[in-house]
Amino acid sequence: MKARPLYLLISPFAMEATLFYILATMLVVFAILTVTAANPVRSAVYLISALLGMAGLFFLLQAEFVGAVQILVYVGGIMVLFLFVIMLVSVREVETQRRANRQWKTALVLGIVLSFELVYFVVQGADVFRIDTISQDLIIESQTLNTETVGGLLYSTYLLPFEIASVLLLVAMIAAVVLTQKQL
Amino acid sequence: MNENVFIENLLIYAVIPLIKIVVIVLVLSGAIAYLTLLERKLIAHIQVRLGPMRVGWHGLLQPIADGLKFLLKEDIVPAKADALIFTIAPAISLIPAFLVFAVVPFGPPDMLQDFLGWTLGWFPFLNLDEATTERIAQNAIASGGYVTDINIAVLFVLSVSSVGILGIILGGWASNSKYPLLGALRSTAQMVSYEVALGFAIIGVLLVAGSLSLVEIVQNQQQEQLWYIFVQPLAFVLFFICGLAETNRLPFDLPEAETELVGGFHTEYSGFRFSLFFLAEYANMIAVSAIGVVLFWGGWLRPFPSFEWLNFLNFIPGVVWFLGKVFLFLYVFIWVRGTLPRFRFDQLMQYGWKIFLPVAMANVIVTAGVILAFL
Repeated sequence: MKARPLYLLISPFAMEATLFYILATMLVVFAILTVTAANPVRSAVYLISALLGMAGLFFLLQAEFVGAVQILVYVGGIMVLFLFVIMLVSVREVETQRRANRQWKTALVLGIVLSFELVYFVVQGADVFRIDTISQDLIIESQTLNTETVGGLLYSTYLLPFEIASVLLLVAMIAAVVLTQKQL
Repeated sequence: MNENVFIENLLIYAVIPLIKIVVIVLVLSGAIAYLTLLERKLIAHIQVRLGPMRVGWHGLLQPIADGLKFLLKEDIVPAKADALIFTIAPAISLIPAFLVFAVVPFGPPDMLQDFLGWTLGWFPFLNLDEATTERIAQNAIASGGYVTDINIAVLFVLSVSSVGILGIILGGWASNSKYPLLGALRSTAQMVSYEVALGFAIIGVLLVAGSLSLVEIVQNQQQEQLWYIFVQPLAFVLFFICGLAETNRLPFDLPEAETELVGGFHTEYSGFRFSLFFLAEYANMIAVSAIGVVLFWGGWLRPFPSFEWLNFLNFIPGVVWFLGKVFLFLYVFIWVRGTLPRFRFDQLMQYGWKIFLPVAMANVIVTAGVILAFL
């Protein structure tokens, strides 16, 4: 009997599956560490790692634009500002504080519901994830470049939601300025 | 798929890119070492001193002596520091700085074509026939003067370099000491502010180039026979100033202002970990120069591609032009350091948000308007 050729081990499918499981494990482990870490800066570092794993998943799905923006906005922008604030807090004080607040009962109920949902999906298998109603246009467009597709859709089909989201962010920004300024 | 195709794919997609990565990392480390010597020599001559003279001829072996010293020094972690984060912070700073070079096009897509066709014959155990050798040499992934050409290269560069900031913040915080913390706070504020203006300056070029791939941006400049510095001069000025700020160079080196903050975010670092921060800083400097050359100075193209009587310049390979331009950039970086005094921090923030950002935005709007109206 001929030996199994070596190249089957690095077939694209096996590569993709391996990378997926590595990234998914990383994502779950760091997400758990984010909520369990006592030190807020450590917690932020774990969250950054989880976000990077998420970006890796986007790259794996060939959504490289979303992946890069995920890193640029969340890791490079939001998490940097998070750390900026956390650094100025006395860490020792936070570490000794009670971790669970009064909302733990609500959180428990929600957690149980979500767990049931997860179990349901696992039991049902891949079929429930199949989206039948995907339009033919999107499939054709996804053949072209990622960035151009996203840009085109944002400024045509989804122009109104996009603009509403922008105005919302602008309002939040102005509100932050007004709140921090004692007199204008 | 037979064995031969397998070997061909292995060479194109794994072995040759890996060799390129190793070469780039090694050359980059050497370049950084000698960049420090160049900087010390230039600054010394600007200040009418001699600079390093003792180790080797005119201090030529000084970087090697420095490197050895870094390796041999005692490894100190401050008693009350967060040991884990203190240890990984230099790596967080260094890895993104090197990662940027994965997408930098050092030469045209066919740079290594002749070289590959020539060298693959040296390895008889590969059993490559002529047609396969030819196919490998023709493949842009194998023969390109870059590790990879992705269609979001510019976004990749921006996002990866924004991760590098985290190393500085975490290093400053983990040291558990007031000077590093202040330095880290300053650098965060500075880098976040100037990143925005830098992004807008780059968008100006992207509008003209119509692509996010660094290779395509250079190819478009070749097609139009024009470097984008002549199309987007304002964007270049902004890019250069913000580049100085992003790499913490004078006149924007407040995060490590030695007269007020001892050593900034790396005050508590010593030995090898300090050298990692140091490497990251200089790698960032080279990265900003390389990206500037690609976006504005025609990458691997020779000067004035439209003048035919300069065609004799074509015998110089593209990679030499590219490295020469990067060297010029680095020279100006050092020259600026020897010339300008440091800003005050409030001045720095004022310039960033109230001058550079609005000007960069206006540049984007005007460029987009002109393209829409006339092209």
